[in-house]
Amino acid sequence: MQQKHQGAADLTGDASFVRIDQLTKRFDEVAAVDDVSIDIRKGDIFALLGSSGCGKSTLLRMLAGFETPTAGGIFLEGVEISQLPPYERPINMMFQSYALFPHLTVFENIAFGLKRDKMPKDQIAERVEAMLNIVQLKPYAKRKPHQLSGGQQQRVALARCLAKSPKLLLLDEPLGALDRKLREQTQFELHNIIKKVGVTCVLVTHDQEEAITMADRIAVMSNGRFLQVGQPHEIYETPNCLFVAGFIGDVNLFKGTVEVDEPDHVVIGTPECRHFVSHGITGTLDMQVSIALRPEKICLQEHEPTIEQRESAQEHGYNCARGMIDAVAYFGKFTLFHVKLDSGMVIKATRENAARHEETQLVRGQRVYAWWDGSDVVVLTN
Amino acid sequence: MKTQNIAHALFNNWGRRSVIGIPYLFLILLFTVPFLVVLKISVSETDGIRFQDLLSYVDGAVTLKIKLSNYLFLGSDPLYVETYWSSIKFAALNTAICLFIGYPFAYFMARSPANLRPALLMLVTLPFWTSYLLRVYAWKGLLDDHGVFNNILIWLHLIDSPIRMMHTAFSMTIGMVYAYLPFMILPLYANLVKMDLRLIEAAKDLGATPWQTFWLVTVPLSRNGIIAGAMLVFIPSMGEYVIPELLGGPGTLMIGRVLWDEFFSNNDWAMASAVAVTMVGLILVPLAIFNRYQADSGGVRGV
Ligand SMILES: Nc1ncnc2c1ncn2[C@@H]1O[C@H](COP(=O)(O)OP(=O)(O)OP(=O)(O)O)[C@@H](O)[C@H]1O
Ligand SMILES: [Mg+2]
Repeated sequence: MQQKHQGAADLTGDASFVRIDQLTKRFDEVAAVDDVSIDIRKGDIFALLGSSGCGKSTLLRMLAGFETPTAGGIFLEGVEISQLPPYERPINMMFQSYALFPHLTVFENIAFGLKRDKMPKDQIAERVEAMLNIVQLKPYAKRKPHQLSGGQQQRVALARCLAKSPKLLLLDEPLGALDRKLREQTQFELHNIIKKVGVTCVLVTHDQEEAITMADRIAVMSNGRFLQVGQPHEIYETPNCLFVAGFIGDVNLFKGTVEVDEPDHVVIGTPECRHFVSHGITGTLDMQVSIALRPEKICLQEHEPTIEQRESAQEHGYNCARGMIDAVAYFGKFTLFHVKLDSGMVIKATRENAARHEETQLVRGQRVYAWWDGSDVVVLTN
Repeated sequence: MKTQNIAHALFNNWGRRSVIGIPYLFLILLFTVPFLVVLKISVSETDGIRFQDLLSYVDGAVTLKIKLSNYLFLGSDPLYVETYWSSIKFAALNTAICLFIGYPFAYFMARSPANLRPALLMLVTLPFWTSYLLRVYAWKGLLDDHGVFNNILIWLHLIDSPIRMMHTAFSMTIGMVYAYLPFMILPLYANLVKMDLRLIEAAKDLGATPWQTFWLVTVPLSRNGIIAGAMLVFIPSMGEYVIPELLGGPGTLMIGRVLWDEFFSNNDWAMASAVAVTMVGLILVPLAIFNRYQADSGGVRGV
């Protein structure tokens, strides 16, 4: 099975190792996945990110072969696989709650897929051993799954689906069942293991942090469609719509109209301030737009920005609004401020706590200047 | 305040104990006591009418008298040994056939659409709505020399003269399978319907064909259901009396009929009791040990 599709590899190249072509899945007329097309590069970790019920799992299950597409095709190295049963696809999936076989030991769980390939016994033992080493579970080979902790079960599940050297690895909420602290640590481990093995991977998650730390590319999904596909920083820094901006991280949204529309800059008037934006937009004068601004891009200070500060920002344009600090929340590595601007809008701004004692502590009720660089603003036209 | 707390705790404890105690009380009253009575009868001396006490006090001497002759007779008479052996064989055959028919039955019930399942479940329990005796009797009408089956076969010109079906091992086995099949299906269904379907998907994902998935995942995971169903069929069919009596023949020795004969034909209560106690010992003790071993080695199963 492993070698079955080798011949086609060179036809398509690495950029579209996996090609999803106008894939649609309907459950009783409701489209869970709606006309999705994407190419996934060989060796990439590709994350499907979206809120509950947006169709992530359905898309993943179509890749694994548990759902048959209503329309469209799935190509792996140029070979159409969407009609193959799951056991004939060189694809392995790690299930949301691991789905380890409770009646088999860790060793037998990992060996299960290898035995199906009729691998000789000594090779199986070798391969399982190697897998156990990778996930650092060697002493646990003889245990049953219920004798393992959640994190260990997760690693067994990973070892089990990596053992067959799949061409494509599918992960459905791989860290969903772990508690927060373990999740952060496991994120890196998982990422390292996948990169070390070099397997192409599609990851489903509703946790934006997980997607950003683990993925090479992210697709943000909503209602069965891809809203935006890009590298983590692209998705974060230049979201292409309100949904994406709001879904990934915290964001301040200003609503206003286009007042100046030049190829290299625009000015957007909102009740808070006139936003100078240092790039052109695809829009027209007087158009209603939204402006997205990340909290960490906003500087807060007691005194008016100095000439130097303004000048450093000037080349991109400089935006400033006045307001009063409404609430302060200390998060350790950063502090979150709610600032009530004079227009009445409340914005969020964060400030990193680099030094132990911040020289100028901002307190509730204090009047401040909030200012930001014109290049940090994203204009959303829809 | 403090005494109140203690009283509260005591009451709580009492409540808990009584909840645990009720099943024990039932077991003692309905199982242990009758069994001890039977056990006592089986080793008692009799003067023809009454059973004597095991302990007697005569002239300052306490005497304990246990009569083992019934058991010795049991062991030495080939009729009994043969009957036990034959009962075990028929019970095992019945269990095997019930499993063979019941497993696919329970499997498809458990995999059928959720809204269909209650109806299927009702169909399985439907036979219980009429009397057991009547249903077994009905098989007589079907299997008799001039019964429905023979008539149909003759009418179809497949046979010229009736095949002898009644009072053979065949008729008895059919009756037993018919009567005990629901007891196999129900625990199996309960087990299979709870099974985590993602395990089936995981097996397929790892390259197992549907057939391999069935044998390597579904069957091992339903082991508890298989064991429960097998017990529910095997144990009562060991001692079955009605079906061997109505559908069985001279060739189908079953311990239940021997028991009945000892009690009601020979009026030898002591012998009958010895037969019963031996059956319990022969069947239940090994099964109990087996069960215990299962529980020990099993850990969390079928999760
Ligand atoms: N077997 C099914 N039959 C009918 N509808 C289904 C089925 N599976 C999924 N759906 C529907 O398809 C939509 C997408 O479901 P899906 O499981 O893909 O969501 P998801 O993005 O994985 O959500 P979550 O994060 O909650 O797991 C949902 O509206 C769901 O109700
Ligand atoms: Mg899901």
